[in-house]
Amino acid sequence: MAHADTHDHHDHDHKPTGIGRWLFATNHKDIGTMYLLFALMMFFLGGAMALGIRLELFKPGMQWFDPAFYNSLVTNHALIMIFGAVMPAWVGLANWMIPLQVGAPDMALPRMNNYSFWIMPFAFTLLLSSFFTAGGGPAGGWTLYPPLSLQAGDSFPLTIFAIHMMGISSIMGAINVIVTIMNMRAPGMTLLKLPLFCWTWLITAYLLIAVMPVLAGAVTMLLTDHYFGTSFFNPAGGGDPVMFQHIFWFFGHPEVYILILPAFGIVSEIIPAFSRKPLFGYDAMVYASASIAFLSFIVWAHHMFTVGMPLAGQMFFMMSTMLIAIPTGVKVFNWTATMWRGSITFEPPMLFALAFLFLFTIGGFSGLMLAIAPADFQYQDTYFVVAHFHYVLVPGAVFGIMAGVYYWLPKWTGHMYSMSLAKWHFWLSTISVNVLFFPQHFLGLAGMPRRIPDYSTQFTDWNMVSSIGGFVFGFSQLLFVYVVWQCARGGAKATDKVWDGQMTGLEWTVPSPAPYHSFTDAPDLTGVPDSHH
Amino acid sequence: MLNRKVLSALGGILAALPAFAYESSYNMPVGVTDISREVHGLHMMMFWVCVAIATAVFGVMIYSIMTFRKSKGAVADQTLLHSTKVEVIWTVIPVLILIAVAVPSAKTLVRMEDTRNAEVSIKITGYQWKWQYEYLGTGVSFYSTLAGSSNEARQLNSGVDPHSVKDYLLEVDRPVVVPVDTKIRVLLTGNDVIHSWWMPDFAVKKDAIPGFINEAWFKANKIGHYTGQCTELCGRDHGFMPIAVDVVSKEDYAKWLAAQQEAAKASAPAATTAANSAASASATL
Repeated sequence: MAHADTHDHHDHDHKPTGIGRWLFATNHKDIGTMYLLFALMMFFLGGAMALGIRLELFKPGMQWFDPAFYNSLVTNHALIMIFGAVMPAWVGLANWMIPLQVGAPDMALPRMNNYSFWIMPFAFTLLLSSFFTAGGGPAGGWTLYPPLSLQAGDSFPLTIFAIHMMGISSIMGAINVIVTIMNMRAPGMTLLKLPLFCWTWLITAYLLIAVMPVLAGAVTMLLTDHYFGTSFFNPAGGGDPVMFQHIFWFFGHPEVYILILPAFGIVSEIIPAFSRKPLFGYDAMVYASASIAFLSFIVWAHHMFTVGMPLAGQMFFMMSTMLIAIPTGVKVFNWTATMWRGSITFEPPMLFALAFLFLFTIGGFSGLMLAIAPADFQYQDTYFVVAHFHYVLVPGAVFGIMAGVYYWLPKWTGHMYSMSLAKWHFWLSTISVNVLFFPQHFLGLAGMPRRIPDYSTQFTDWNMVSSIGGFVFGFSQLLFVYVVWQCARGGAKATDKVWDGQMTGLEWTVPSPAPYHSFTDAPDLTGVPDSHH
Repeated sequence: MLNRKVLSALGGILAALPAFAYESSYNMPVGVTDISREVHGLHMMMFWVCVAIATAVFGVMIYSIMTFRKSKGAVADQTLLHSTKVEVIWTVIPVLILIAVAVPSAKTLVRMEDTRNAEVSIKITGYQWKWQYEYLGTGVSFYSTLAGSSNEARQLNSGVDPHSVKDYLLEVDRPVVVPVDTKIRVLLTGNDVIHSWWMPDFAVKKDAIPGFINEAWFKANKIGHYTGQCTELCGRDHGFMPIAVDVVSKEDYAKWLAAQQEAAKASAPAATTAANSAASASATL
């Protein structure tokens, strides 16, 4: 009887109940939700640290923190934002959307999916607990350059193991994405019919698998240098501190594309949707993404022009870095051409995608300037660099994530969110992010080094402006939380298609909210033409 | 006619900008060496290249956003999927621009790396958190640390207004002294962690790395007092190890050097002891 009862209720929305639903989750939507919520928490934690930084830098003189604590704020802000906020947010979006976009019932490896999520809270507990050890949290910068990073106290092994765990989690997430996209596409969905978000995530996943072990190797060598008497990076024992930088940036440069490529994919879906016109140059977009990924492996030493490389090395890395402008340009031109002769509307996801388009391009311009090695000697390790990478990471990667959340949120919750509040969030964020980061270009050019807790008085004005922008930006994000919370609780019923736009993905063929189990029968796309060829 | 006037006015503003930017609080200093002027030129060239591209690209974006609105009755052209011709154009034009900027950049880079024929060599060692300067072959050597006035003001809640301190965080107790119009070679190394010696007005930034000797050079054309800072995170007081260089006339430099050598001789026993203790300190590392 009980058996029959269970069977009767075995509909598409049957969910496990209680805490077990989350602890033992294997459903891609649940895991995606957990990833996104975790990323949101980390975004606020890393953001709080950023506000601490901007607070101390509001005016010259030391008002709030000891310089060593300031350094650990800088270090942990970066580690948390990169590994705790942006990367998990992408994995969360991948979990939610890739199966829905390729017409698969779930990710290919659901149990591994569970492990890769549940490692994250432990990894960050480990990292954050280091704040309470003797000597405080890691304070040598997220780049962990030896010998400085080896001077850390008891925080050191905690940081290293936390990074190992984050790496393991990322690799497992990447394997899942690759296996899902390669093996679980609906019949007839050829690779060149894939939504761009799947494409850029597929490329991202390969980058992750290629470089996370490199980071693991680098930090393991740090660990053995510290505790087991090896001298990989210790010159007194015949080691080479610059070698660490080469290894680190061989990971680090692909890493920056890991952070941005999925945003390219999201923007490549949102702009066509709200321009009501297929993506211009789909194939070129795929090839440009792949080219960027390839180039990311041969430009790493542009992060270290000042270490004293041979002239030939500097030339090579200058030229290879400049090459990145070409595929990146192709992408920006294609997005622009997609809007050309379109029929554009400005819903919140489109607004964020447009802000991405403008502001990421500004980050691209400063990147081009930074590629010029002789000029880079003046830019290196100043606020000009800080401005550059925050332009590509905040209005780049973070706005990409927000565009994605605003695009798919009604599909997840089944409710429309408040368009007017979301637009408020957009305008507050977009204005304040520029107030926050644009003056940092000026500060860097005028001579302010990065990673300093206090500065000479001629930098006061722009620092104040930047701090004000920072606080407005930070608090504006509370509005985002409110919009999401409100949408999760209720609101106007979302249709299957959600938007009055031209969306082509399979995710818009399932009901809103997407049922707990979707595409248990794969849709057949054989012979169905795509819109973009 | 009007167009020409507008253009010439615009041209005037653009021409004035780099000069206006000199010693500004929002642009790179032009500096006082031939190299720093070249680097500033490259920086401004890149800036204007970016402005030109931005004007074109953002122009098209803004035009599209304004014109092709659904609210204005725009109907999407579903046939505009790709165009080999435009795609080739917007790939080839960036390639040409990149080649055009790569050539002068490479030339400057070659000149920056040419440390031959220097007349004065100074070995600079970065410590947590000060700099040591050794004038090679002269016996002159000294440490340079943050000036006392800045050091007092920078303590947590010191109660001293940084604006009241002269050259807050940029003043040192003993500046480096170098002769004007003379090629100076600096040899850089670190004693504990990696530091980086940056002098914006000379366009010199090079890491001071334990176990390595890095080289850089400058030839300042203008007498004056110049300041810079450490630019590689080197621990707690990374923000508090400035660099100051006095560029003086050749005669004043000769006098200064002679006086330093006298002083060094006078305190020779003390200096030897200091050198020994420094050696034993580095041996324990």
